[in-house]
Amino acid sequence: MSGAAANPRSMPARTAPKKPLQFNWSDPRFRNIVWQVLIVGTLALILWFLVSNTQRNLAARNVTTGFTFLGQTAAMPIGEHLIPYESAVNTWGRALLVGILNTLKVAIVGVFFATIWGTLVGVARLSKNWLIAKLAATYVEVLRDVPLLLQLFLWYALIQSLPVPRDAFKPAADGTVPLGILHPLPGVFLSNRGLQVPVLEWETAHWAALAAFVIGIVGTVAWSRAAKRRQEETGVRPKVWPVALGLLVGLPLAAWAAMGAPFTLEMPVAGRFNLTGGALLVSPEFGALTFGLTIYTAAYIAEIVRSGILAVPTGQWEAAGALGLRPGRVLRQVVLPQAMRVIIPPMTSQYLNLTKNSSLAVGIGYQDVTSVANTTMNQTGQNIEGIALLMAVYLIISLGISFYMNRYNARKALVER
Amino acid sequence: MSELTTTTRAGAGVSEAAGEPVPSVAGTAAVPIIRNAPAGAGLGPVGWARANLFNSWWSSAVTLLLAYFLVKWTLGFLGWGVLNAVWSVPETAAGAMDPERCRAAQGAGACWAMIGDKYRFTLFGRYPYDEQWRPAVVVALFLGLYAISAMRRFWRKELVLIWAATLTVIGLLMWGGVLGMTYVPQDNWGGLPLTLILSTFGLALGFPLAILVALGRRSTNMPAVRLICVVYVELIRGVPLITVLFMASVMFPLFMPEGFNPDKLLRAQIAFILFAAAYLAEVVRGGLQALPKGQYEAADAMGMSYWKKTGLIVLPQALRLVIPPLVNTFIGFFKDTSLVIIIGLFDLLGAGKNAVNDPIWQAYSTEMYLFLGAIYFAFCFVMARYSRGLEQEFSRTVRR
Repeated sequence: MSGAAANPRSMPARTAPKKPLQFNWSDPRFRNIVWQVLIVGTLALILWFLVSNTQRNLAARNVTTGFTFLGQTAAMPIGEHLIPYESAVNTWGRALLVGILNTLKVAIVGVFFATIWGTLVGVARLSKNWLIAKLAATYVEVLRDVPLLLQLFLWYALIQSLPVPRDAFKPAADGTVPLGILHPLPGVFLSNRGLQVPVLEWETAHWAALAAFVIGIVGTVAWSRAAKRRQEETGVRPKVWPVALGLLVGLPLAAWAAMGAPFTLEMPVAGRFNLTGGALLVSPEFGALTFGLTIYTAAYIAEIVRSGILAVPTGQWEAAGALGLRPGRVLRQVVLPQAMRVIIPPMTSQYLNLTKNSSLAVGIGYQDVTSVANTTMNQTGQNIEGIALLMAVYLIISLGISFYMNRYNARKALVER
Repeated sequence: MSELTTTTRAGAGVSEAAGEPVPSVAGTAAVPIIRNAPAGAGLGPVGWARANLFNSWWSSAVTLLLAYFLVKWTLGFLGWGVLNAVWSVPETAAGAMDPERCRAAQGAGACWAMIGDKYRFTLFGRYPYDEQWRPAVVVALFLGLYAISAMRRFWRKELVLIWAATLTVIGLLMWGGVLGMTYVPQDNWGGLPLTLILSTFGLALGFPLAILVALGRRSTNMPAVRLICVVYVELIRGVPLITVLFMASVMFPLFMPEGFNPDKLLRAQIAFILFAAAYLAEVVRGGLQALPKGQYEAADAMGMSYWKKTGLIVLPQALRLVIPPLVNTFIGFFKDTSLVIIIGLFDLLGAGKNAVNDPIWQAYSTEMYLFLGAIYFAFCFVMARYSRGLEQEFSRTVRR
């Protein structure tokens, strides 16, 4: 570790001709090798000590190591699952997969809303309006100074203190259910069981509409590329939005209408204690977790957006203003694109934090991968495998997010001569 | 994994920049006067309001709308939390609390009587009731220790001795068994002292490790050491703290030789030290990188050995550079100690949550969470303010 030794790759011109390694304490290279051997050897010894202890302990407890338990039938009910799952029918492996999907669901929804809300708060903090700026600053300060887990407990407690389903449905004298905060739209009900919404009875026509929508997306992308090419060639940009509207809305509507326009909603109905029919769009656990993660992470994102905007030189605002652009346009088209370069790297780490923080789900009973793995470990005793799987899942998700964000960053980065 | 590092390190940089003070009217969407005097300065209250609240019809509309909700909600909260709140409840014949008055006020008023009944349990957990003056003194000692460490005139070598002495006294008070104090096993520790112990020991022991890891990660001619440090840091930072805590609680017993089974608190403490070290190492590394190369080269030219150079030239400057982000990491870490509730320890949050499990108080968890939130907020807010002040001071001295 004698830092003086120059790195031969970075300074090839100045390195002296390579001397043979001397087995002598005065040769820095020899010293480095001895030290490294010592350090690595000590760590290896400690590791061997831990591993041998573990083996002895496992043998004493009659635990068989290995991942075969993943193929055994799971004994764990999971309330929310994106893929079909049934306790005592499906395997532990599938249970973990359900958990992973639940984690991804929270992460994606949370990142989406936290980005929007955080950007709004960040811009609000820079507002010229004193009240808006102060409110945004207070929001950021309070949310950042209280532990996330405590916030999640609070949101969950508040959701649980909502009225029971029966009361959300309280019918008026004429038998209809009056609209209110708990019942904002016909068929939509908010109660301590979550947010219940009507579902569409799915028919062939809806598949056709969906297919038309996918075609519409492809068409819109192609058209906007063509428009961009045209703009680069002639300086005139053909309008994109009418075509997009036609392809994305018109085409699916036409497909749906051509197939007879079937439209039946299955409404939630009040049972004695619960709601039947319709679908549970937001369960209390998912709602509390996503809401808590969103507003907590948004406080950090707001600070990132604010410092990103402040990093754009004032001259950019002034120049854009001198060109006659309106303030909103200056922000959207001149300042934010430049601020993005400063914003993206720290934003990535906030996305990673949100994903990692979603593991707090275990505290309020949402069955994400941490919670499922925890139950799996308790029930099968496969602690080492469970922890290893859990860590692998988070590392893969983290690497995936940072890989994607780095690519995005590379595209947005300033290309210099 | 190196990608992961670069992005996260930049994140620390920004949260640092984010703490930068912004003049009361900073750059805005409309007119970005970034470092000018506040708009409407010297115009009197009416002029100020016209410049800052009603400078356009759109701004006026937003001001009025926000003011309406602000007043409405503030009044609502005051009504719930103060006017209609229940501050105390009578005792039943059996000596238990009778929550009838809280039940009557439910929905309209807060039940602070529950805090009155449960604050001792929340603050000190299951520590024997008659001995709770000891954890109270411990909390006071911790606060004194923090206050002294925050004062720059105490930033010298003796501070380490003060820390060592105070932490020893804290240990003696918590465990007891000497000077006529009864012995209290770790299983009964809880509440605020536990939170402070976990975070303080985590940082105090994690910090030296962090410095070693940061140095190892920067070393150019010991590739094996560097690799070990990189893997350690990225592994810990890539997974949530909960998984590290799970590992400590379920795997640690397997790692140990038979018969040696450290208790939950020690296991959690070790997990925290390892976790803190990985995060602090990245902050320290930022400081090492920010130090001009000339400093390293000058020290080498003086013929200093590696440890002399590091201890006398590099670290004093590098650590000074990263004090503000270090404090920010401390804040995050202090909040993160609340996660030990998941492995069954009664820290402040754990004790509070347990207190509202009491059947008679079950319906009033909101009040408890607000109470706990206020305590956490007080700690973090003071630290954040302190970090911001330091940052300002440092940026002044650097700019000169």
